[in-house]
Amino acid sequence: MSTATIKSAYKQGISDGLPFVFMVAPFAVLFGVVAVEAGLSLAQTMGFTVLVIAGASQFAALQLMVENAAIGFVLLAALAVNLRMAMYSAALVPYLGAAPLWQRVVVGYLNFDQTYMMSVAKYEDAPDMSVPDRVRYFLGVATPIAPLWGCTTLIGALIGKAIPDALAIDFILPIAFLSMVAPMLKSMAHVAAALVSVVVALALAGLPSGAGLLIAAVCAMVTGAGVEVWIERRVA
Amino acid sequence: MTYSTAEIWLIIALMAVGTFVIRFSFLGLIGDRPMPPFVLRLLRYTPVAVIPGMVAPLVLWPQATGGQPDLLRLLAAMAALVVAWRSRKVVWGMVAGAAVFYAGLGISGLL
Repeated sequence: MSTATIKSAYKQGISDGLPFVFMVAPFAVLFGVVAVEAGLSLAQTMGFTVLVIAGASQFAALQLMVENAAIGFVLLAALAVNLRMAMYSAALVPYLGAAPLWQRVVVGYLNFDQTYMMSVAKYEDAPDMSVPDRVRYFLGVATPIAPLWGCTTLIGALIGKAIPDALAIDFILPIAFLSMVAPMLKSMAHVAAALVSVVVALALAGLPSGAGLLIAAVCAMVTGAGVEVWIERRVA
Repeated sequence: MTYSTAEIWLIIALMAVGTFVIRFSFLGLIGDRPMPPFVLRLLRYTPVAVIPGMVAPLVLWPQATGGQPDLLRLLAAMAALVVAWRSRKVVWGMVAGAAVFYAGLGISGLL
């Protein structure tokens, strides 16, 4: 294959990343709105979104902050939402492990759901891709997404300042969480984990904010893993 | 929210560092060593283990109604969950949930 006939890996990444724009933009606007409504300053909202750049965990931290949970609980619960990205990191090693350290640092910063999913699918499809091309492709996918994430958060934060309280924006957060989690319910094990999380969290709602949630999350993770093993054994 | 400005920045800074460490972990520090399968298994369930437990009390006992269950909020939550699950698209779930919620608010405002 000559390089003239195929698009450069970077451009290919950009065009594969573009459709996610429609998913990322409303989400980031929403984060800006709720962060400002919750009482964060513009600088804090932007610092959050640019430094952390992980939607679900940003929302999770915000929710616990609104509840005035202890800082340790805020961090544990929000970072737990991001633990799946350790799995992404591990999955990228066979493809990008040989890239220079500074490139792996950049990839690490930009290693979120969309870049990971598109890139691993691409690497599996095109096993001949060179390591530099793989990095270019990854950065290409991130190119339309990451800057947009910041810009649209800013728009949301500016809108948020203007929204009257009568709009009852409080309930948007639960709706966003449910919409995030529903597509993740891919198997019986995921559903079982989610149900255990709900039941235990409700049962322990009397504990200090965040404490019951952590216990619920641990129970749910063990349930998910357990059900997965059980299903595999039955099939085998 | 009752945190001081410094505490809020501390949360943001620690989340930034923590999230980066998680993302960079294997790529940067651990390298090519395989992870034990049970760890991978547990990691797979972290989002569905945390988010439902966080959202359930918010749906059942919303602060806006003083902790009383509220039919409109339950319906909006169901709409978001079902539409996002069927369509597999986060955005459609949010649109459906918000549409039900604000339509309901509008109707109850008129009554």
